[in-house]
Amino acid sequence: MAERLTREDAAYVARLARIQLSEEELERYAEQLADVLEHAAAVAALDTEGVHPTSHPLPLRNVLRRDEVWPCLDRAVVLAEAPAAEDGRFRVPRILGEPL
Amino acid sequence: MTSGPASLLSAQVRAGERSAVEVVERHLDAVARIDPELHAFVTVLNDGAVAAAAAVDTVVAAGRDPGPLAGVPVAVKDNMCTRGVRTTCSSRILEHWHPPYDATVVERLTAAGAVVIGKTNLDEFAMGSSTENSAFGPTRNPHDPSRVPGGSSGGSAAAVAAGLAPIGLGSDTGGSIRQPAALCGVVGMKPTYGTVSRYGLVAFASSLDQIGPFARTVSDAALLFDVIGGHDPMDSTSLDRPAPRTATVVGDGVDGCRVGVVRELYEDAEPAVRAAVSAAAEALAGAGAVIEECSIPEVRHALPAYYLLAPAEASSNLARYDGVRYGLRVDAPDVESMNAATRAAGFGAEVTRRVMLGTYALSAGYYDAYYGQAQKVRTLIIDAFRRTYEQVDALLGATTPTTAFAIGDRVQDPWAMYLSDVFSVPSNLSGDPAISVPFGSDDAGLPIGVQVLAPALGEPMVVRVGAVLEAAAPPLGQPRLADRALLGGSSEPS
Repeated sequence: MAERLTREDAAYVARLARIQLSEEELERYAEQLADVLEHAAAVAALDTEGVHPTSHPLPLRNVLRRDEVWPCLDRAVVLAEAPAAEDGRFRVPRILGEPL
Repeated sequence: MTSGPASLLSAQVRAGERSAVEVVERHLDAVARIDPELHAFVTVLNDGAVAAAAAVDTVVAAGRDPGPLAGVPVAVKDNMCTRGVRTTCSSRILEHWHPPYDATVVERLTAAGAVVIGKTNLDEFAMGSSTENSAFGPTRNPHDPSRVPGGSSGGSAAAVAAGLAPIGLGSDTGGSIRQPAALCGVVGMKPTYGTVSRYGLVAFASSLDQIGPFARTVSDAALLFDVIGGHDPMDSTSLDRPAPRTATVVGDGVDGCRVGVVRELYEDAEPAVRAAVSAAAEALAGAGAVIEECSIPEVRHALPAYYLLAPAEASSNLARYDGVRYGLRVDAPDVESMNAATRAAGFGAEVTRRVMLGTYALSAGYYDAYYGQAQKVRTLIIDAFRRTYEQVDALLGATTPTTAFAIGDRVQDPWAMYLSDVFSVPSNLSGDPAISVPFGSDDAGLPIGVQVLAPALGEPMVVRVGAVLEAAAPPLGQPRLADRALLGGSSEPS
């Protein structure tokens, strides 16, 4: 079983999840996540040799529809909900630059 | 068979004895008086609801039938999309979001003549068991305003319990319909996964989420399920077959049915809850059911497995809240810091915790030990239920280990909060239907719920067993925070 989750692990996870957290928040979440993972350890210790994982309760296959044009949402209606839009597109700040 | 307030109201509106506008205005008036303290609603549709009711009355006046829920007010959990009406998920990140389309369940309600009177409070993104995780403040339990209504669908449960709406919609990912139903003393059903469309339900954990009904009677819950169920091409996980019909079989009884009482679904509950399960089993035996004690040891692994699987799916689903296409944005010089600042400002503590937990469970080096292992445990639980259902038609247990707890009691201890769901998560992992029905109260007068489970598409069985329990249940006191007239005889004009 893995070591107890640390503040550094929490910082790494927060970065992967794109959530900006303070030092104090990282400390608190590290403690709480480590506690929850201790309960999960019971599951991790079970013998599941040869058991298939279930990702979904239904025996799903790809669901396809006929390749027909359907009405879709109007672009102006969709962009009206955007925090920023320009020339019929979503507007975002600089994408290229220093890593987070 | 007792019919419920929704079917009575609908019958009166269809017969032209009462107008839908009068019914809806009467409920909106109750909301205006009681909801400032109860806080079941995030948004009340005062004008929109009256306009929708007037449209129902026009149909009646023209001699046509508006449908089985004609003029019936409905409280809809605020994680289901309503076109042009803000849909917040009780989150800052969606506080001002107005969906451009209706969820399929909302379309079906409208097509059946029902009137959405408001959007109800929830734990942010449906993550929680008390409705305390709402960014807009907690909902109170109508039976004791110092206590939680349960969650995450606490707003819909409280609204129905207080008489503010005869029926409501919730979503149940790990117990979020059944647990608040139990704590508020109303009926709540989680249908079989895939029987009710999730199109327009804001996703939390897509392999577990399922929309279902709240009502004050089992027959009203069945009526509502029959309206919202059925295949929807807009949801690729929707079962491509007709949903089971329930309203016509509610009164069929349980004579000869085999019902297993599952030790793992009650033995760790507090004494009053255990006693209610025993009394419920006796009531079923008295109605002709064959009661068998049974044990499903795998059920004990459901809660820890759930708290790996649900956060993992949530961390993926909530990646969409990035400040780009809709919802909150916190400006920053580059897109990554904009994403991170937006999510920090927009997500509350529990959502942050679950996204981090899920991200961790899915991250390189931990995937097999946590997420992959939990998926295998899910298989063990499904297989165990399947073996059990070779012997019995339905299962009985408690819905929750305790009655309603005090506001603030469990917010600092996530695992103590998660334990509220210990009896409800197994049905989400298996995908099978389950109903919670009120069955008496504890010494403090707080409602107790008992739970009936059945194999996939066994909704007819859970409502039949539920109706027998409802008829045998000890009386439950009137809620302190409620419109007594609407609860007592909502068929009577005020």
